[in-house]
Amino acid sequence: MTTNDIINPANLVYAKAPIMNDVPMHYCPGCSHGVVHKLIAEIIGDMDMQEKTIAIAPVGCGVFAYKYLDVDWQQAAHGRAPAVATAAKRLLPDRLVFTYQGDGDLAAIGTAETIHACNRGENIAIIFINNGIYGMTGGQMAPTTLGGMKSSTSPNGRTVPLNGHPLDITKLLAQLDGTCYVTRQAVHTIAAVRKTKKAIQKAFENSMAGKGTSIVEVVSTCSSGWKMTPEASNDWMVENMFPAYPLGDLKNE
Amino acid sequence: MAKIKGAVVVNTERCKGCNLCVVACPAEVLILNKEANSKGYNFSTMANPDDCVGCAACAYVCPDACITVYKVRV
Ligand SMILES: Cc1ncc(C[n+]2csc(CCOP(=O)(O)OP(=O)(O)O)c2C)c(N)n1
Ligand code: SF4
Ligand SMILES: [Mg+2]
Repeated sequence: MTTNDIINPANLVYAKAPIMNDVPMHYCPGCSHGVVHKLIAEIIGDMDMQEKTIAIAPVGCGVFAYKYLDVDWQQAAHGRAPAVATAAKRLLPDRLVFTYQGDGDLAAIGTAETIHACNRGENIAIIFINNGIYGMTGGQMAPTTLGGMKSSTSPNGRTVPLNGHPLDITKLLAQLDGTCYVTRQAVHTIAAVRKTKKAIQKAFENSMAGKGTSIVEVVSTCSSGWKMTPEASNDWMVENMFPAYPLGDLKNE
Repeated sequence: MAKIKGAVVVNTERCKGCNLCVVACPAEVLILNKEANSKGYNFSTMANPDDCVGCAACAYVCPDACITVYKVRV
């Protein structure tokens, strides 16, 4: 059997989800943002929620997400996505409402909105892309930047006396009574991608079931900000990010 | 004995040549092409199509949804 014989719709096992638009994404080669976008498109399709989804976009590299996923989007002021999501979900409780946010957006400028939305237990899902850096603006240090990690504003590596400790905001959010599901995943291998898909699906289902706030952190790479190839970024993430941000469920109620 | 044969189709214009599919493939089917697409990216290509088992590892990790996977039992 030749390759051309195999390439037949009857034998299809994987294709781009229809909810993901054909327009090419602006993300750098190898960026984790794209993998998570794909998963969101697949899940919304699986849940048959395309017409009932309101997604809230951040400021950061994810700002243009509305171009790539064919659902309703509202882009929020920097860090304020959970506040906008609160309003959307309270006004339209039958909608699937989620935010899509980076670590600078969620854990720096938006810390207050993040904590209070989670503490109120808003029935939203928060997809949190933690690449340990401000990717969009040129790789500046974020609260999540690791000790010793180089960034454009910590060229010799982050130090505690000067910059404080890295912030594990997901661990903090798991302490709040309003959160029902808090998990940390990654998308660097097929197994990790599958787990993240399950996690995001569960977070979306929780939102629809009114169980409270769900947070899916995806420990991610930013090869441009980290100044490594995508492959080396994945290895660096496993070696350095995972010990500081270990994968797994922090809370599942 | 039933054998599984796979094949992938790469959207070469969408591909950014990040190489993550090449690394993810357990059967070493894919390489980056010496030729580049219109954006200058060396896109992913099947170098050893006969070895593809249609596991879709490449497609799952592809950040740009460039890879379509087919699989058949022969
Ligand atoms: C009020 C305000 N302050 C600062 C900025 C500049 N700015 C744009 S994106 C960004 C950080 C984004 O980092 P992150 O949320 O981690 O997203 P990433 O790009 O890494 O995915 C900053 C500080 C802005 N746009 N608006
Ligand atoms: S700068 Fe970083 S986070 Fe932004 S698109 Fe590029 S790799 Fe992704
Ligand atoms: Mg970031």
